Amino acid sequence: MAGGDSAAVSAVEGRLSELSTNSDEKGLPRRGKSLSGRTLNTAQIQLVASHPEVYEPCDDSFALVDALLSDKAQLLTLKPRLCMEIGCGSGYVITSLAIMLRQLGSGTQYLATDINQHAVETTQATLEAHGVHADVIATDIVSGLEKRLHGLVDVVVVNPPYVPTPEEEIESNGIASSWAGGINGRQVIDRILPAVRELLSERGWLYMIALEDNDPLDICHLMNEKGYASRVLLKRCTEEESLYVLKFWQDASTGTNASHAARSPRSESSWLSQLPFRSLWHKNA
Amino acid sequence: MRLLTHNMLASNARGAVTGYPLKLQVVKWSTKEVEPNPEFLRGMLPKIDWPALVAATQALGLPELLPEAPPTDAELSAEGAAADEGSALRRLHRALLEIHIEEGALVCPDTDRCFPISRGVPNMLLHEDEVRN
Repeated sequence: MAGGDSAAVSAVEGRLSELSTNSDEKGLPRRGKSLSGRTLNTAQIQLVASHPEVYEPCDDSFALVDALLSDKAQLLTLKPRLCMEIGCGSGYVITSLAIMLRQLGSGTQYLATDINQHAVETTQATLEAHGVHADVIATDIVSGLEKRLHGLVDVVVVNPPYVPTPEEEIESNGIASSWAGGINGRQVIDRILPAVRELLSERGWLYMIALEDNDPLDICHLMNEKGYASRVLLKRCTEEESLYVLKFWQDASTGTNASHAARSPRSESSWLSQLPFRSLWHKNA
Repeated sequence: MRLLTHNMLASNARGAVTGYPLKLQVVKWSTKEVEPNPEFLRGMLPKIDWPALVAATQALGLPELLPEAPPTDAELSAEGAAADEGSALRRLHRALLEIHIEEGALVCPDTDRCFPISRGVPNMLLHEDEVRN
């Protein structure tokens, strides 16, 4: 990193600490407390259906829902027409999203996909238990929807299989499909991202979880080349892993649409400044 | 699965040309009423493949539900349309969002590959050797 960036870096670090304070320490009540106000905004853990072959809501699911909650006001302003979850698992996340945006009524419709047939049934049961609806489809990522939904989806949420595993552990349809991410945990993520870009509308947002091992900065670089700005909505360190919830949106000043501008120092700093973990990344590397 | 989703789904089976629209076979369906949202319907209509939607309502045995031609923006914006059960707006709303296919199948128009719908969920999964290259 150039020495002249130190002011920018500390500003970025300031944002990061502000961010973790907002979202973790003083912010949201913990889940599972059915008497807390929080459950009015999310799925209730005791109503989430389960199956031995389906990933249960865990720290990553909670982090994603907390990040969505922290963005709730923006989501309500966006008034997304179509929202979609890729890899819906137990249904905890898509159900929570439908609950937190309930006031938008039938103006917002929800789709959810999973490659695991037990997961789609579990998601269906979780949605029903909460009295909300999403059309659930058993499919590989978004297969079958890519043409007709092109550019129509306003919000995509993904908790991808991000755990680094040998490639052969990427199983097609059992519970391993919820976590086995292949080399660097990136092999499924790198298939999901192009599919998401096809579906997102011009005003669309992607919320995705990534692990430190997945190289979130590299993910943001790749998305930036395709015209997407990004920012870390939430960072959470658990005993086992450091999780990021990343948010992506189309930005005319980035990517191939602005290839000349993207090479100029000014525009580079403008998008990198939206990556609070940039400095963190360099420290860790 | 609602007809909105049926309208957006295609077959990726090997041999499929467009794989669209999927022929709908209905064994069981239900209706769940929800409040219509005119803004959503007006925004969505240009994205809807109208002949595919009409064919789906016919497969359900509801040939009277939708007209041959899509409603105009003026019809959808007409005053009181949301409250009038017979209005073009309410018919479109019912077709897209209130009808749920519970059991049945979707059939690829090009290859006849059948994708079952069970407990409301269509299964579009293909075996590796069935996927279109």
